[in-house]
Amino acid sequence: MAKERKIGEKKLECQICGGKVTIPADVMESEIVSCDDCGLEYEISGVNNGTLQLKPADSIKEDWGE
Amino acid sequence: MIKVAVIGGSGYIGGELLRLLLQHPQVSVEYAGSRTSNGKFVYKVHPNLKGSTSLIFKNDSITDVASKVDLIFLAVPHGKSQELVPPIMDTGNRIIDMGADFRLKNISEYPRWYGWDHCCPDLIQKFVYGNPELHRDEIRSAKFIANPGCIASSSIYSLAPLAKAGFLDLPINIDAKTGSSASGNDVSDFSNYSAKTNSVRLYKPSGHRHTPEIEQELSILSGRRTKVALTAQSVPMVRGILTTSSVVHEMDIEEKTLWNLFRDFYKEKRFIRLMMDKNGLYRYPDPKLVTGSNFADLGFNIDPYSQRIISIGAIDNLVKGAAGNAVQSMNLMLDFPEEIGLISIPIFPV
Repeated sequence: MAKERKIGEKKLECQICGGKVTIPADVMESEIVSCDDCGLEYEISGVNNGTLQLKPADSIKEDWGE
Repeated sequence: MIKVAVIGGSGYIGGELLRLLLQHPQVSVEYAGSRTSNGKFVYKVHPNLKGSTSLIFKNDSITDVASKVDLIFLAVPHGKSQELVPPIMDTGNRIIDMGADFRLKNISEYPRWYGWDHCCPDLIQKFVYGNPELHRDEIRSAKFIANPGCIASSSIYSLAPLAKAGFLDLPINIDAKTGSSASGNDVSDFSNYSAKTNSVRLYKPSGHRHTPEIEQELSILSGRRTKVALTAQSVPMVRGILTTSSVVHEMDIEEKTLWNLFRDFYKEKRFIRLMMDKNGLYRYPDPKLVTGSNFADLGFNIDPYSQRIISIGAIDNLVKGAAGNAVQSMNLMLDFPEEIGLISIPIFPV
């Protein structure tokens, strides 16, 4: 049975759109989170004493054969 | 309960009005009028309404209809409602006109775009352009509403924040892709399945009739004359409109600036969604995601190479582009909750 995650403990501002990035309370390093508004994904690159470091995650671009 | 009539109820917009009004908890649909379907059960013309109404289309005089109801929706061809409006006004009834007859404040636009002179130009100023997101307060105190055109709605919603912020210095190029229901349920040679299927029909490279109302509303917002070049094509879908508008803008602009612009402009607007997701299944607005709903999905893209903003709008042409918008205006006009009768999550997949 999946463990229910406690979310909403922390909301950071998305550096691209200014929206909110919701961070689960029990987030771990290397985990991917995303902006509630623009969908940009961030990788949690560090967790130190409650301070989070985020970096934009690689995303797959659409390719329609142009 | 408010008593309403739908005149011109056998078309697609009339059918969509009936669908929404029959579900509305504060409305009683007392009359469905149709010249061409007179005597037929409504559900015979709109089979999706079977079990929801036992109304029969009638073709009574407009003054007789007005004596039975409080509000009349006119879903008749362009040019026809200007004949019906004066006698309805004499009865004191409220009117929501789905056609173009009372949308344009400059009467000289009518011969240019519609090919006729207006027969009662003095009545135009009594109508409010029925875009609830832009004219909420005026609609609240109005008795007569001119419901916007469908392509006009998608274009205006997606460009309004840019107009208000002063971005529309140069003519705007709008590309509109629309589903077949926007052309109504009349049959033509092109309605033939073999002719229409898989076709992308460029039916109006220029000269589309919604041009002047887009210009009218954007000019009000920007405070200066805004010029629009609109190209419209019919694509293989039944419902939906996608508009992509190119706004040439010379200065550098950040994505966050536009996000904040759109967020602020449409703050607390229940039926506007900013639909962009960099990693989503759909990354920009798509008519498929609003089917059957009153949502207008908006988005944008910044093209630094050609120094333009591409502003995107997607609506269901029969709902936010017609009947849903009209019901939203009715709600405001009658002091009902704005969203009542309109809360519907879009169908997916379609």
